[in-house]
Amino acid sequence: MSYQAPYKDMQWLVEQAYQTQQLGNLESLQDFDLDLANAIIDEASKFASGVLAPLNMVGDEEGCTFSDGQVTTPTGWKDAYAQFRDSGWIGLALPEEYGGQGLPKYIAQPVNEMWLSSNLAFVMFAALAQGGSEILLKFGSDELKARYLTQIVTGEWTVAMALTEPNAGSDLGALTTKAIPQADGTYQIKGQKIYITYGEHDMAENIVHLVLARTPDAPAGSRGLSLFAVPKYRVNEDGSCGEFNDIRCTGIEHKTGLHGSPTCSISYGDNDNCVGELIGNLNQGLMAMFVLMNEARLSCGMQGVGLSELAFQKALQYSKERVQGARADGQRVAILEHPDVKRMLLNLRSESFALRSLGYQIAALIDVSEQSDDAEAVKAAEKRIALLTPIFKGFATEQANELAGDAVQVFGGMGFVEETGIAQVMRDARITTIYEGTTGIQAKDLLHRKIRVDQGRCISELMADIRDVVEKSPDSVVNQRLGQALNQLAHVLDSTILNPSAELAQLDAVAVPFLNALGGICCAWQLVELAQRAQVSKAEDEVFFGNVVALAEFYSAYKLPQAQAALTTVIDEQNGVGNYEF
Amino acid sequence: MKVLVGVKRVIDYNVKVRVKSDNTDVDLSNTKMAINPFCEIAVEEAIRLKEAGIATEVIAVSVGSSASQEQLRTAMALGADRAILVETEDTAEPLTVAKTFAKLMADEGAELVILGKQSIDSDNNQVGQMLAALTKRPQGTFASNVSVEAGHVAVTREIDGGLRTVKLALPAIVTTDLRLNEPRFAKLPDIMKAKRKPLETKTFADLGVEVKQHIQLDKVEAPAARQGGVKVGSVDELIQKLKDEAKVI
Ligand SMILES: Cc1cc2nc3c(=O)[nH]c(=O)nc-3n(C[C@H](O)[C@H](O)[C@H](O)COP(=O)(O)OP(=O)(O)OC[C@H]3O[C@@H](n4cnc5c(N)ncnc54)[C@H](O)[C@@H]3O)c2cc1C
Repeated sequence: MSYQAPYKDMQWLVEQAYQTQQLGNLESLQDFDLDLANAIIDEASKFASGVLAPLNMVGDEEGCTFSDGQVTTPTGWKDAYAQFRDSGWIGLALPEEYGGQGLPKYIAQPVNEMWLSSNLAFVMFAALAQGGSEILLKFGSDELKARYLTQIVTGEWTVAMALTEPNAGSDLGALTTKAIPQADGTYQIKGQKIYITYGEHDMAENIVHLVLARTPDAPAGSRGLSLFAVPKYRVNEDGSCGEFNDIRCTGIEHKTGLHGSPTCSISYGDNDNCVGELIGNLNQGLMAMFVLMNEARLSCGMQGVGLSELAFQKALQYSKERVQGARADGQRVAILEHPDVKRMLLNLRSESFALRSLGYQIAALIDVSEQSDDAEAVKAAEKRIALLTPIFKGFATEQANELAGDAVQVFGGMGFVEETGIAQVMRDARITTIYEGTTGIQAKDLLHRKIRVDQGRCISELMADIRDVVEKSPDSVVNQRLGQALNQLAHVLDSTILNPSAELAQLDAVAVPFLNALGGICCAWQLVELAQRAQVSKAEDEVFFGNVVALAEFYSAYKLPQAQAALTTVIDEQNGVGNYEF
Repeated sequence: MKVLVGVKRVIDYNVKVRVKSDNTDVDLSNTKMAINPFCEIAVEEAIRLKEAGIATEVIAVSVGSSASQEQLRTAMALGADRAILVETEDTAEPLTVAKTFAKLMADEGAELVILGKQSIDSDNNQVGQMLAALTKRPQGTFASNVSVEAGHVAVTREIDGGLRTVKLALPAIVTTDLRLNEPRFAKLPDIMKAKRKPLETKTFADLGVEVKQHIQLDKVEAPAARQGGVKVGSVDELIQKLKDEAKVI
């Protein structure tokens, strides 16, 4: 059986996020209530299981092919793209003015999750369209907006985000692609980019590359980067596609996973005839890119959720069918009856449930930050989003890898064999901790920019909110366990992270364990709060809500201690990292 | 030409059906519900007639609880122009539903009624036939092709061992089979628009439909759990087991 959207989970968690962030009070969201959310989730789920999921394995097996500068996507990709575009899904959360539907993020998030679960490799154009449009909306001139936005929002054209170069990956400041000013105000773009997702493909008429490049007198490093809109075909006065803009795909990568998604090397201006237009101000390209990157990081975190869900569904199904081993009375059983298999499935289930909840809460916070008239609420939401983004991106994707591994383990030898499809999930998940900023980069962002620069104010507010949840039922074991983890975290912040005399190299060596600790605590927080609500609603659906309570118990017993162990690592100065000679 | 289509809210076909512990009925609490697949095909056919310029208005009708509004909104997202919910909290019997459609058919002056051949929950396969009898209009059931010509509708029916095409004078009743068409996916802008399309709620009393109970549900049981299989050593052993144990030959 291929992917089926976890409708009940989604519906309930969307409702919780809506209520927690009090979206019902926002004037501009009056037309976008939970009934609409449910209707859209329902229809999107049909599309995800009916159209996208069946192509997931096709994409993996066939991959993209490259010949003579052309990229051919796998069988069925083109039609699916046309259907996706014509159904209006690309403009889901983009302005109506440009042909989108202007839906709030809290509705877009579960919809995106379904796309990511059902066919991650395929649907990567959607996040690019979303992020690219937001950049143009925020920083583009009216002319650029008029030229590109409607085409992008309606999916006529796609977007590629061109940052990475052979010598500039995590460190974008090192990039060397040039932008040479011309008399008419445009720029000649010249340089090589690598790893560009959908940088070339056969699904749309034109591709708008958002290229990060450097003008001749720009300052060195990341302060000298500017962002340019560089279409594959130049755009005529009447909006139609014109002359070829000297952008060549020179190859695609042969990858561990995401075979269906073309990862392109692109050469700009081989014949000095590649025209780009500046987006926003000179030398502020990275700032503009950050809009896209934050969006992309959240979306990447949702990839972690989506893949974990897919892995869970496949593993659960298999565990019900595979008969192996026996009960004490000699009766042979499906492996689902073995407690250790249950443990692995609950790893998957509890983590993906908690991370889904966190992802939906962040989406609802974005709605608050974008739609509320209350300046203070907006500011608070923005700060919270900024803090949670690296935690969510880093932790959800790291977990997706671990959980995909668990799912393979449930399959035993069949998991290592390709035909079951679970190995694909593991391979596809592998990239999620790397692109959109590696886990190491997320962890440093969290540690320095989001916590130390702000002197711990934002994290203290988060901890106070978690403390409130803990204190709602102080007698419950799961609450007590979370309370202990919070105490430990407070100690780690005081003694190490926020300690003015802490050594930077020492801190950087424990940045990822610190991120993982916060990830685990945030997930436990979600589950403890959800379990409290489940207790209240229990009579409505004993099985579902009873299970939510069980997930909180499981998490606090099996997973939260891993966060606590990570905290122990963070404060232990004698960790050997600085002493070993490589 | 106005077209009425039936839309029933049923348990989603992907969901595993659970029987209530007291065997009084299927347990529908907190289960995912959806449009009956045959009704979805009916909606699709009606919309195609509208797109072909044959139907002027497509009206989706559901007899059911207020929650059936969800399925009516789906029908409108797919392209129905408006919807009527005849609200009842009790399970409506086929005859009651047929009477309701008969009344609405007259009130609306509909020339074509397209219904699913059956709903996947109770599998009765009765409403279309009863409606034809009540209205004394021709019926084309189990349709795998529908084409409307001046004053008539030609319906290709799936029958045992083949196909049979009948030509019905309008107004007529058509019930859909699985192969009639492949329903489309709703487009996002249409889902949004469906929120604003008119949905009228009526009661049996408003329509003057008399509700009588003819059927009593005694009990519902889950199918027997599948027994584990056995490996046989030879064809002879298989035949012997089929004869002696399974008693099927
Ligand atoms: C399938 C795929 C799709 C991609 N799509 C795009 C795309 O559409 N557009 C685009 O521009 N790019 C894209 N990328 C590139 C991707 O964003 C980069 O690979 C990523 O940013 C990491 O850069 P790198 O590969 O150069 O690794 P490096 O930066 O060389 O990193 C190697 C290791 O060193 C660590 N490291 C590096 N610097 C630091 C530091 N300062 N502190 C601590 N640790 C550090 C990293 O965490 C990592 O573990 C894609 C890549 C892949 C594989």
